[in-house]
Parts: sequence; C-alpha cells; structure tokens
Amino acid sequence: MQIDWFPLWLSLKVASLATLLSLGVGLWLAYLLANRRFRGKAVLDAAVVLPLVLPPTVLGYYLLVLLGRESPLGHLYEWVVGSPLVFTWQAAVVAAMFHAIPLLVISARAALESVDRSYERAARNLGASEWRVFWRVSLPLARRSILAVSVLAFARTLGDFGITIMIAGNIPGRTQTIAVAIYDAVESGNGALARTLVIVVSVLAIAILSIANRLAARQAAQ
Amino acid sequence: MIQARIRKRFPARPDAAAFSLEVEFQAAAGVTVLFGPSGSGKTLTLDSIAGFVAPDEGRIMLDDEILFDAPSEVCLPPQARHCGYVFQNYALFPHMTLRQNLAFAAERRPRLERHRRVNEMLERFHLTEVAGRRPHELSGGQKQRCSIARALIGSPKLLLLDEPARGLDAQLRAEFYAVLRQVQTEFQIPSLLVTHDLDECFELGDEMLILREGRLVQSGSPRAIAERPANVEVARLLGIFNLFQAEIVELDPQRNLSRLRFGEFELAGNYFPGRLRGDRVWLSVRPEQLGVSARDGKPGPNQVPAQLLRTIEKPQTVRLEFAGDIGVELSRPEFDKHKQNKEWLVWFPQDALRVL
Repeated sequence: MQIDWFPLWLSLKVASLATLLSLGVGLWLAYLLANRRFRGKAVLDAAVVLPLVLPPTVLGYYLLVLLGRESPLGHLYEWVVGSPLVFTWQAAVVAAMFHAIPLLVISARAALESVDRSYERAARNLGASEWRVFWRVSLPLARRSILAVSVLAFARTLGDFGITIMIAGNIPGRTQTIAVAIYDAVESGNGALARTLVIVVSVLAIAILSIANRLAARQAAQ
Repeated sequence: MIQARIRKRFPARPDAAAFSLEVEFQAAAGVTVLFGPSGSGKTLTLDSIAGFVAPDEGRIMLDDEILFDAPSEVCLPPQARHCGYVFQNYALFPHMTLRQNLAFAAERRPRLERHRRVNEMLERFHLTEVAGRRPHELSGGQKQRCSIARALIGSPKLLLLDEPARGLDAQLRAEFYAVLRQVQTEFQIPSLLVTHDLDECFELGDEMLILREGRLVQSGSPRAIAERPANVEVARLLGIFNLFQAEIVELDPQRNLSRLRFGEFELAGNYFPGRLRGDRVWLSVRPEQLGVSARDGKPGPNQVPAQLLRTIEKPQTVRLEFAGDIGVELSRPEFDKHKQNKEWLVWFPQDALRVL
C-alpha cells in the first residue's frame, strides 16, 4: 500500500510553528497575568481559558468570521501577505495556536508564580529592569516547567481537528493535517491507511508525553 | 544616614488578623539592629525601605535623596534606591555561578570596570577559588559572604540585612559577625540588621530599635536598653530579667530607700522617683545580679527562702531555677561553693532592684 505521508509532515510543521508562536504570545500573557495588576485582568484571565471549554467547531466558526476574506482582519492579512488566510496551511497554524495558548498561559503563569519572589526582589534590588528580571531570572528559573508544557502543547496542536477543518478545510496535499486525514480515510473506507496513521500518531503522542514527564520531573528535582 | 517614617496598614483577612506598622527612626553609619518577636514588622520595615512594599503614609530619606514621600507621591522603584539587601535565604540566583551572581549586580557598569570590580569583591570576600561554582555547591559561609558581596558591589548607601545569621551554627555566626565588622570599617555605611537574637544585638549593634506589634517600643544602645528597659514589655522581649509583681509599701527619698512587698516578703530597694506608695509595679532584676546562700537560721535582709527546682548547666555559668519563677545565674566557682546546699536563700541586692 502506498501511503501518502504529506499529512504527517504538514502536521509536524504546523504544530512546530504553532508551538513557537504560541510560546511567544503565551509567555507574554503569562507574564502579564503573573506580575501585573491592570484593568480587565479578570476578563483576560477568562478569555485565555475560553478556548479550552468552547467546542472546537464553535471556535472555528468564530475564527472563520473573524479572519474570513470579507472581514477587516482577513483583508489586512491579504493586503500584507498577498493571499487570503482561510483554507491555507497557515490557517491551520492559527487553529493550532488556539489549543496551545491556553495550555501555555495556564502552566507558564503557574511556573512563573512559583519562582521564589525573593529572587525577583533581589534582581530588582540589584538594579535590574523588569525586562531583565524576567529574562535573566524568572524565565530561567521556570524554564523546565515551561519547556515541559511546550512539549505538551506541541502534542496537543498535532491533533487538532475541529478548528482546523473549519478554517483550513480538508484539501489533500495542501491543508490536510494528519487528524483530518484519519477522518478522511475512515470516511472513505480506507481502513488500512486509517490504522497506520492512528498508530503513528499514538506512538508519537506517547513519546512526547514521556519527554514532557521527564522534563517536569527534572524541574521538580531542582 | 537613613531617616524613615513609615505607616502601613493591612486590613484583617480570613487568614490573617489586621496589622499596622507605625515606626519612625533614623540611623547613621554603624549597625542598627531591629529587634523584636516574629510578626512585629521588622522585615516589613526593611521591605518598605528597599521599595518592595509601598507604605500608606510617611517619608523615607537616604542621605539627601527622597526614596518615598507620601504627600508628594514619590516612590522610587527598588532599582533606584541604592540599598544593598541581604536576604534571609541569601537569594543567590541558583542558575548562575557565583561570579555571574556578582556580575549581574554590576551590569550597569562599563564592561572593563565591571570585570575589575567583580574580581575585587571576590578577593575581598575570599571567594576567588569558588567563583565558578553555583550556589548549591557552596558552603553556608561562602553563600553568606557571596550575598553580602553581591549586595555591596553596586556601592549602596545603605545595607539591609534580614536575619542573615538565622539557622547558622556558632562558628558560621562568628564568621558572619567578623565579615560584617569588616564591612563596617571598609564601607562605612549605615546597616539595618533584622534579628530576634539578643546575643546578635549585643555583638553587632551600635544602636538598637525594639519593635513590638508594629510599634517602636524603645531605642538606644543595646547596653542602655538592657540596663533600663522602658517597660515590662521590653523587659519580657529581652527575656533576660526576672519579673515579679510587687507593691511599694514605703518610699523615703531622704535616705534613698524604698520597701517593696513581694509575696509574703519585704525587700529593701533604692528610692524610686516618680512612684507612689501603694503602686503595683513590676520588680525587674537580672538573674546574674541575684545571689544565693545556704539557709541556716533566720533569713537576713533582702534574703528570701526558695525551693530549688532544677539547675541548668551552661557553657560558662549555671542557671538555678527556684519556685516562684526566680532564676539565678551563677559563675561555676560560685555554684560549686553552694552545691551541697539543702535549703536555699536567694539574695536580692538592694542596688539591683528596678521597678517598671
């Protein structure tokens, strides 16, 4: 049987990119929530967690409306990049980010908050700007927890189905990620392909989980 | 010179009672000890000066710079206060080597000068050999010296120390005292040292501020305070006094004499100015000022028969505890003379008696 591995590679690419981008956004949000007091903090706090509780199709629908070719954001993207966002693999990245960010923010915030305050106080006392306190002290001290949850976020984004199918669609060879390909294979009666892909994803997930656990254990041992 | 007037209130919460801090003091070069039980506001005072906590009201001045002033809403961030801070757990960055810890504190200096300054501090505090190690690979004394070096590398105008000798064994304590004295002679800046160890106050303190429940209850040199505690609370906090309830039954300014009723006994003391006959007072007397003798016949003046409960051996002295909470501290030879006593008399020398 000839197996098309494109969905696997696409998923890995999408997940890697989404994890990296989410790390940037997630760390920033986690820092704000952990260290700053500002108006609307409770709203932001809730908004960050919302994607965890909303059905993925609902999220996908919102994104479709928000980023569609007719929307202002969609227009902006098209004006900057030159092509529309929806129903491209880049849209799959956006979809995946909505799974990774809540996870990252919640865990990174907890990790940052668990850093002994006296280290941050010491750094400030020694004249370090807030920016340096974060990059040189807080983040390095929380790095293993954050790395562990990044690995988990990667695994989570690898498997997104709902949002991806809503805004990236199911275009074989272009936007068909592995989760979508499995659904497609089952739907079209290609049991052998579905089984192979399912096994590959399962093995990958277990491997990733063991890495994440090892990282978390090392942080705990520090 | 640091001048501080700090007022900070914490309303009651489900997990904590209300607390308010109201202190006003100043400290010149030398070591000023903040002494008091836990929860008296000592660390909060340091944190207000360092800028980790913003007081509600007051004003904090270091030399001629205003660090905090409530009316004009000045509140410098910790970064701009030029206060060295030695934390209770030292707070050395665990992911950096000792050298990096020092370099972090000197990062605002130009590269070459930074390097020179780090080396100089490493040398001064005998840390050059271990400069490449991380904090968890250092001994307690090395960590302590490193945290002091790190606090001083930026040439602060004030050194704040939050119980730096807590939990250290006797040798490390002595080492730390020596380091701090060295710092005093070399840097000549005021140091505020938080402690609840009385020996430390005497060992290091030029001045002493006693805090209790957020209020300053007495200040002065440790010796002066130990000789004349302002009130019974201070005497209790110092923990070095016998305190008995007594009543003044006679006052004679002409002969500089007083008589105190203490339980069923009467003691002669010096005249107590500002007291009246019939006053209920606290009689305070230090354990080492009391004497003992064997009881044979009738007790003499100022001698009180007492039942010995137990003796506690100390390195240089022996403490005798009698019924009625009377503690007596004797030198070893003195104790050996009285070892065979069956019944005891405790002698209250007239000059040793103070009332609070």
